[in-house]
Amino acid sequence: MYPHIHHQPDQPILDVLHLSVTYDGRQALENITFHLHAGERVAVVGPNGAGKSTLFKVVAGVLPPTSGEVKISGFGPRGHICIAYVPQRSQVDWRFPASVADVVMMGRIGQVGFFRWPRRADWDTVHAALEAVDMDPMANRQIGELSGGQQQRTFLARALAQEAELVLMDEPLNGLDTPSQEAILSLMDKLRQQKITVMVATHDLGQAASHFDRVMLLNHRLIRFGSPQDVLTSENLLRAYDGHAQLIQVADGTSTLADTCCDGEDEHQ
Amino acid sequence: MGKMSISNLFNLLLQPFSYAFMIRGLVASVIVGAVCAVVGIYVVLRGMAFLGDALAHAVLPGVALGYLLSGGSRDTLFWWALAAAVLVAVAVGRISKHAEIREDTAIGILFASMFALGIALISTVRTYSVDLSHFLFGNVLGVTTRDLILTSIFGAVVLLTIFLFYKEFLVLSFDPVLAATLRLPSGLLNNILLILMALTVSVAMQTVGVSLMVAMLVTPAATATLLTRRLWQGMLVSAAIGAFSAVTGLYLSYYFNIVSGSAIVLTATIIFLLVFLFQPRRGLVWKKR
Repeated sequence: MYPHIHHQPDQPILDVLHLSVTYDGRQALENITFHLHAGERVAVVGPNGAGKSTLFKVVAGVLPPTSGEVKISGFGPRGHICIAYVPQRSQVDWRFPASVADVVMMGRIGQVGFFRWPRRADWDTVHAALEAVDMDPMANRQIGELSGGQQQRTFLARALAQEAELVLMDEPLNGLDTPSQEAILSLMDKLRQQKITVMVATHDLGQAASHFDRVMLLNHRLIRFGSPQDVLTSENLLRAYDGHAQLIQVADGTSTLADTCCDGEDEHQ
Repeated sequence: MGKMSISNLFNLLLQPFSYAFMIRGLVASVIVGAVCAVVGIYVVLRGMAFLGDALAHAVLPGVALGYLLSGGSRDTLFWWALAAAVLVAVAVGRISKHAEIREDTAIGILFASMFALGIALISTVRTYSVDLSHFLFGNVLGVTTRDLILTSIFGAVVLLTIFLFYKEFLVLSFDPVLAATLRLPSGLLNNILLILMALTVSVAMQTVGVSLMVAMLVTPAATATLLTRRLWQGMLVSAAIGAFSAVTGLYLSYYFNIVSGSAIVLTATIIFLLVFLFQPRRGLVWKKR
């Protein structure tokens, strides 16, 4: 009932081939092609409404592509339950009556299966995941009682409990203070050690440059995808943000960019 | 003196139930109160209060049709209500998929027109006013043994289904995107939930009536979500509040000659207000300090 396709080791974890998505008559993504390998950490940057959330949802298999293909380890995403999607904090109902452990257990119900209850081993996995993100002492708290960083770590624990191999995170650092951001970033290092691939949508170009292997510049089309030095150039950024951003030339030649709006609205309700 | 007042109290509590129809009414109200309250947790958490109201009202034409065809007999009304509610639930499920118009607009149109159709049908009968008021506000004292059996069976079906799909409904309500990434059959589960609402509405029609149904779905559940931190706790507390409101409401109805549906709903509302004001740490009263 919950298909889980086994992976071949030499293949890229994610292939996106000529992907286009149209909805409500508008082209959200146009002819996107790229590949990711296991353990890579990629930042996806671009202006609001550039199609970042759409891309994530298509990769997660939540939204069907209009044309083109998405393959996870060579197979369509709908066969997999190894993709975790960590939503923006603003998209979550934090008053929902669920404890931290409940939320993490939600990641495991695919493994538990229909008409069964979580077993001891499932709860052990949940607590191990919480321990990995330093949240086990908070397991019985209601999720609304957590700080922003703790909320984000709870969802990372859910991805771990799900045994995800590809984790998609939508603006995970938005609205967090610096120590919480550091904690999330160092958790991403842990994920890399476990060969878990991470894709992060972010507005913060500085963070994209300093903490990620590769950067994808997106504005409906794939503007550039490569190392931060190659991608985050003034020329590319101006193309991606076409006029909706201010480019500030700093003395040493690097450029910083301030996005004009940063609320990170979901692009498709 | 003490003994006297205790035995008076017992008399006060027991007297209504010297009548068999009161006992049937009580049992039916408790079942309906608890089942509505458990289903209501999903209604509250998923923001489906308006849909619940619509579903209750949309049952009326089905009931009216049954009423006309059976020449005023009430034996088959439950099945007519059930058929109408399931039909509307499935229709709403389809509407929300094809988003040509906003979902709440679509529900508004559907709900008002079905309700109007129901009243139109009933009004063709000359003596319609009494029967109409029973459909609208319930007739807890008219519960027959047969009604009671149907209420118990379908109430049990609803609760058992919720038990079986507990973790799936939990994920679907909290994070639909997770449900999709875990490849849960979200469409099917959503339809099951709508049909559970439809069953609940048809079971509750006899007791609380169409007009006040939404209060039975929403008020105890809203109270319970203020008091609890986990879904299953919320369901138990909600069921307890729903059942307690039903019993208390029935007493109030007996001694003060109030329509039972109103009395039950008002009891639930008072409990909600008390909890809203005085709940530990989070209540309005505590916040003022």
